[in-house]
This record gives sequence, structure tokens and C-alpha cells, in this order.
Amino acid sequence: MKLTLWTYEGPPHVGAMRVATAMKGLHYVLHAPQGDTYADLLFTMIERRNHRPPVTYTTFQARDLGADTANLFKDAAREAFARFRPQAMIVGASCTAELIQDDPGGLAEALALPIPVIPLDLPSYSRKENFGADETFFQIVKVLAKPLPRTEAVSCNLIGPTALGFRHRDDVTEMTRLLGAMGIAVNVCAPLDATPADIARIGAAHFNVLMYPETAETAARHLEKLLGQPFTRIVPIGTHATRDFLAEVATITGLPLPAEAGLRQPWYAASVDSTYLTGKRVFIFGDGTHAIAAARIAAREIGFEVVGLGCYNREQARPLRAAAKTYGIEALVTDDYLEVEAEIARLQPELILGTQMERHIAKRLGIPCAVISAPVHVQDFPARYSPQMGFEGANVIFDTWVHPLVMGLEEHLLTMFREDFEFHDAAGPSHHGAKASARPEALADPAGASGGDISGQKMPEGASGDVIWLADAERELKKIPFFVRGKAKRNTEKFAADKGVTAISIDTLYEAKAHYAR
Amino acid sequence: MNPAVAQRACRDTPVLKERGQREVFCGLTGIVWLHRKMQDAFFLVVGSRTCAHLLQAAAGVMIFAEPRFGTAILEEKDLAGLADANAELDREVARLLSRRPDIRQLFLVGSCPSEVIKLDLARAAERLNAAHAPQVRVLNYSGSGIETTFTEGEDACLEAMVPGLGTTRDAGLLVVGALPDVVEDQMLGLLAAIGIPNVRCLPARRFADLPALGPNTRVALVQPFLAATHAALVKRGAQPVTAPFPFGAEGTTLWLHAVAAAFAIPRERVEAVIAAPRARAERAVATVAATLRGKRIFFFPDSQLEIPLARFLARECGMIPVEVGTPYLHRELMGPELDLLPAGPTLSEGQDVERQLDRVRAARPDLTVCGLGLANPLEAEGLATKWAIELVFTPVHFYEQAADLAGLFARPLRRRALLTPEAAE
Repeated sequence: MKLTLWTYEGPPHVGAMRVATAMKGLHYVLHAPQGDTYADLLFTMIERRNHRPPVTYTTFQARDLGADTANLFKDAAREAFARFRPQAMIVGASCTAELIQDDPGGLAEALALPIPVIPLDLPSYSRKENFGADETFFQIVKVLAKPLPRTEAVSCNLIGPTALGFRHRDDVTEMTRLLGAMGIAVNVCAPLDATPADIARIGAAHFNVLMYPETAETAARHLEKLLGQPFTRIVPIGTHATRDFLAEVATITGLPLPAEAGLRQPWYAASVDSTYLTGKRVFIFGDGTHAIAAARIAAREIGFEVVGLGCYNREQARPLRAAAKTYGIEALVTDDYLEVEAEIARLQPELILGTQMERHIAKRLGIPCAVISAPVHVQDFPARYSPQMGFEGANVIFDTWVHPLVMGLEEHLLTMFREDFEFHDAAGPSHHGAKASARPEALADPAGASGGDISGQKMPEGASGDVIWLADAERELKKIPFFVRGKAKRNTEKFAADKGVTAISIDTLYEAKAHYAR
Repeated sequence: MNPAVAQRACRDTPVLKERGQREVFCGLTGIVWLHRKMQDAFFLVVGSRTCAHLLQAAAGVMIFAEPRFGTAILEEKDLAGLADANAELDREVARLLSRRPDIRQLFLVGSCPSEVIKLDLARAAERLNAAHAPQVRVLNYSGSGIETTFTEGEDACLEAMVPGLGTTRDAGLLVVGALPDVVEDQMLGLLAAIGIPNVRCLPARRFADLPALGPNTRVALVQPFLAATHAALVKRGAQPVTAPFPFGAEGTTLWLHAVAAAFAIPRERVEAVIAAPRARAERAVATVAATLRGKRIFFFPDSQLEIPLARFLARECGMIPVEVGTPYLHRELMGPELDLLPAGPTLSEGQDVERQLDRVRAARPDLTVCGLGLANPLEAEGLATKWAIELVFTPVHFYEQAADLAGLFARPLRRRALLTPEAAE
């Protein structure tokens, strides 16, 4: 038993729904109690889908448990077939139905429907959403994909994009364009917008592009084994990764590399106004794939310092740990939201790149944030084209990450005019909506030192640990622009602790500044 | 009651009873508003990852780092041995309470999986009570989908609190149903002005404020979905006040009159108190009703608020209900509402969502009230919708909110008229 307040991933049957909802001509009959239909709103509200997910819930209630839930399932499956006429059906159980052991697969088989019926076995009490999506897609592919003659021209399948995925819709467009520039056609894209008949055509492609290991790695491995289709290992998020990916595709296909078109990110990062981005401390958390990609972009393409890197899906723990090592940090692999929050509060980064959960943490701690990974909310399904993959994805990422930060010139102004009433900390970046209000005059904190409690709205301004801040030094600390104050505070406290100083004065503050000067 | 009105009303309308897929939340969802109402209570769901995910999705956004609700997620080893599950539960509760010393009431909330594996939360609550009394009182109820539909979770929660309420012989009024604090305060103001003695509320904002009851207590519901709580209170000797529910100017007036009559307070005194707010409400509703008049409305079953709302919209806003669906129809509590609801609409109880979608497509109403899972798909089919869940999260009771309530239905129509003026003709 584990106490959970917020979860990064839903149960595995929600992963199966992400596959079913992405596809066309497929129907999911889910043995589930009343109430599990809540999952529909994830798709219709968060993703603004204009269709209900193709899911029939058996909706059993307490009175059915003593009677015949198995017949309830059979009726639901039969009626769903009659009403929706799908090309194929997936059947399975949600967490409660798993306990009553009705065997949806066997029951559906007994109906002898004239279409493929694919049973799913998704253990609800040990696995989660990403596993559910990966396993469901694998089972569909396993049943439907058969060896076929390859297309004459070089072609590939795009595999992995699902419903409710972070920018999957636009990534598919971008990848199709990128591969098209090499003369590679997309044979099938799946699960997103694929029909069961399309899945049956998968074997005609020369290789597979594994876009999201979280949702399609098992299927990719299966297709490699069954059909001899190689698959790409590199996820093309970021300029460097996109180049590596194209090189990988060139190796697989023997085709020449395409010309780079439309890539602006490297010049934007190199231009002088971006100097202020140097060494900004970022904390990165998300699914393994997006977190690893984000860390590479942050460190090597934008010039940030990666101070924290983590993921919530244990399946990606190994590559994530390896990536963290290259930045000289310890990886954080956890699905405990409070643990992530505590780590962010401890590290006091200047930018958080995370999921919608970290956006809430960021809001509470007053730290700028950009979203890089599922789980995401309605605002992460923008109307505009905004992929993460490919060269346009690199451009989008640069803009998205820089936007929440105070802009370069503005930072200089803040430093120059930091005593000015309009440029105090709480004013915030000028390109954001919040109204700048004049600084309250009574800034003085009469207490000699304040506690290190982090339960408040903002970052801790006072002392933490055993070192206390004298009133003068604390006031001086507040004069330091807020985006470097966390670093200054931490460095000063570490310096003080190392020197055995227990009370920080203005002198200690500036001695520490000199000590850490680079 | 005017007999002519009663004859044309819905009291004897046959009800279309349906079974099939239900597009509704389970009772756990009530935690989202109950935990805000009871400020020193924690709701611990004993369930699966699905339960935690539902609460997160229903809450919409996460405002609090550590909300006063959580899910003890059952894992494989808990399913293997129930003894271990109990030990695990005790450990998690102890850890939770040590971290949250502000908690005075802890609700162990049963879920579908905990019911199916027959994890006895009543015994667990007894055991934990012994361990954590008097600082914390531990109660249990089921919010599982196999037993409760959406708002029935509040009913189960309040029902669980009834046996623990103290006893009094004082005459007084117990108002039952969670209202937003601002609305509750307005109501208390009206009741005090009318002269109702000893008015108490269930749920109370804090543990220390929990009401007592006895044979001289009158019980009045402000939410229509509290049948089990109502029965439990009556069983403890309290006297029920039956009335329409306080939605709209008319509902509020009838409700206040019924309450006052139970205390033998003269009608004139009530009229004097309500004259101004009532006139204000009627005026405000009339403005909004201009958008609603003559428009046809279709209710999918959701919160059990459907019949009172249809009555308000039909009688005060001039709307024409086409179908009024409700998850359950409690004849006794709903009688006064059915007497007022003009005859005409289909009344349906339960749900087969596919068949109901066939009916709504055939009826093409001007406004469809439905859950979040159906709203955008129906909008995409050209039907204007109103999210039903907003009706339980928004202050809508009593005079000052009557126009806001009408406004919730008018806004989708006004919006549609703004965006597609040609379709609004």
C-alpha cells in the first residue's frame, strides 16, 4: 500500500485507451465498474477531442457481482460490435474487473465475432499507464502485422504516437517532412490515426522509426524479430539528436543526408543576446525519453547547467541514470510528487523543465517553468503547430524554454535599477501578463533571522540549516536579483558552513561571492 | 398547492428506466468538494491507481501540494493477504496523521477494489479510532462506483457521520448538504431573520461544530441526493421537512416557508424577511431568462440535481425540458419537485448512454446538460452543452445565486450566438 496524492501516470487500462483512442476502426470493450468512464474526459477535455474514445464500459454495479458479470460483458461486447462495426476489437479489464476474474478474452472469443478480437492482460496492481499503452500496441501489432513484400521505394513506419501524448500530433507531421526530405515515405503511422487494416500493412516498410520508446518499444522489438525491420534508437528531439537521428537513418537506408532546412535554434543560441542564458541552473523531470533529450539540449545546445534530472517511469531508469552521470549529477527516479517537490526546493533552480505537475510546483515556489513531457494539461495542446521533434521542434523548444525567463536585456536593467521601485523582484518579466506593482516600502525584516521553512508561497529567503543570517546580510541578500539569489544564498551558506561561520554577515556574503567568482 | 398545477405536473409521469453503460463519476468525486467544506478532515481513499487518477482528473488542477485527500494504492501484495493490507493501512494512517497534526477527522473511503476484496474498513476505522482517539476521529464510508453514483458519495459520507452526532432535546433546525460557505452564510442570515432557532449544518466546517439532534430537531435537505442521510436522521428521531429544493426564487421561497411552517412561524413574518431578496432574485433571473425562454433542454443523468433544475428552468426561465434524466429517482424526496415540474418531458432513470445519445440526436435540443466526457463530442455534432459538474462546484442555491444558476445555462447559448450568429437565428 502506498499513499499517493498526485500521480504522474494513470492505470494501465488508460494506456490502452490512449492507443484505442488514437486509432480508427478499433473498439475497446472494457470490463469496468460505474465511474471508470471518467477517463473519457481526459481525451475530450484535456485533448479537446471531438469524438468520444471508442470504449464501451460494462458498468457493473454491486448487485451484479453476485449475479452474472460475465454475461454483462458478453452483452456489452456484442452490442458494441453491432453498433460500431469496428475492424478489430481489444478487450480487457480495469483494476476492479481484474479482481473478479471474468476473463474478458475468453468471453469475447466465445462470441465468435467475425473480426480479430485481441485480449489484453494489463496487471493494474503492479503496472501503470505507459506499460498499458506499450503492451496494448504490442498485442495489436502481434495479432495483425504479417510479413509482406517491402515497398519498392524506401519507406518506414512511424510508431509510438498516441492520444494524449505530448505534441505527438505535430511530431508526426515534422517527422514525415524530415524523412520526406531524405526521400523516405511513411508507410504506416501508428497507433495515431491508423486503422487495424493499416497495422496489417506495417510489414511493407523497410524500417521503423521508434518515436516514443515509452509506448512502442516492445512493438518495435517484435517487428525487428518477426519481420526483420530495424528500428531507430535515437529520438530526434533537439538539434544534435535530430542530426544523429538522420545519420542513423542514413546508415539503415544507405541514403544520403538531407540539407538542413529551417533550423534557427543554433544561431539563436549563439547570438549575443542569449549570453545571459549561460549557466542558468535547470531542473529537468518528465518521462525518461523527454527528460534525457531535454538535458542534452539544455547542456549542449543552450548552455544551461543541468542541476537535476529525473523521470517517473522506472522503465527508463537505466538510460536516465547514465545520462545524469554525464552531467555529474545523481538521477531522481521516482513517481512520488512530494519527493520531486522537495528536491526542487532544495536545488533552487532558475528554470524547471517538467510535466504539468512540476508546473504547479514551480508556481508555488515562484520559479519559471516550461513543460517538456506528459502528463500535460489542456494548455499543452496548442492550436498552433509546435512539434518537439526535428529541426522545427528544436526552434519551438528554444522559444518555449526561453519565454518564461526574464529576457537578457531586462536582466541587465534589473541589475542596474534594482533599487528602483518598478524593478523589484515581484514585478516579474515585462512580457508576462502580471501587473507590476510598486514595492512595499516596509521591506525591513526586524527579526535577526528567519526560519528555513519552505511551506510558504515563495522560495525560502531566510536561513536554512544551522547557519543564520544577520539582519544586514539578509537585507543585502534581498538586493541581489531574484534569479541569482538562490545561488548566492546557497553558495554563501555552504561557504559559511565550510568556514565554520554560524552567523552570516555582509562580509561573509561578499567573501563567499569572491570565493565562488569564476 | 394549486391542484390545477399538480394535474399538469410530472408526479404521475411514467419513468423510462434504463440499464447499460453509464457515463457518470463514482462517489469518490464528492471528496473534491467535501474536503474543502470540512476544513479539518482528511479523506483517505483505499483503492487503486484508477481512484487516484480519477480524483486528480475530477479536481482538474492541483492547487495544493498536499491536499487533504489521498489514495492508499493497493498493490499486489495487499491483494495476496488481507492481514498485511490492514497492517499496511495502519502504518500509512499513522504516518499521515503524524505529518498532519491539524487533522481531526479521518474518513477511510472504500472503493471498488476495496469492496471487491472485502477489506473491512468499518473494522479498520474502529481499530484506528482506538489508536488515535481523542485527537482524531476515524470514520468510514464507501464511495465506490459499484455502490455510489457521483453525488451519492456525499450522501454516504454524511450518513456515516450520523451515528456519531450528539443528542439534544432542544428545538432546532438541521440543514443537510454541503454548501459553499458564502451561500451557507446567506442561508443562515435568512433563517435567523425569520426566527428559526438553533440552526446547525451537516457537514459542519469543523469537527468541533458538528451538530446534535433529537426528537425536536427538524431536518431540511438543501441537496436532493441525500436520501440515505435523510433516512438515518429520521431514524434517529428527527422530523423531516419536505419541500422543493432551494434553487431559484420560487424554490427558495417554498423551502423557507416549509421550514418556517415546521416551527409554526407565521407566513407574514417570512414574507417580510424575503420580500427584498426575493424581488431582487426574480428581477435578476428575468434578465437572464430572456436568453433561455422557449429553448429546449435535455438532461443527461449526473448529479440528481436534474429534476429540481428542470423545474427552475421551466417555471422561472421559460425553458422547455425535453428529457430529464437522473441517476436515481427518489420519489419521496422528489415529490414536491415533480408536483411543480410541468408535464411534457420524458423522465428517465439510470442510463444506457448509447441509446440516450440516439435520443438526444433525434431531439436536437437547444441545450444539453451532460458530463465532461460527452460535452465536446456533442458540441462537435452541433449541440450546445452545459457541463453538469459545474452545477455542483458553483454556488447556485438560494436567492442571491438564482440568476447565477440561470446564467450557467445561458452562457453556452450566448457564446454560441456570438461565435455563430447565423446558427443562433
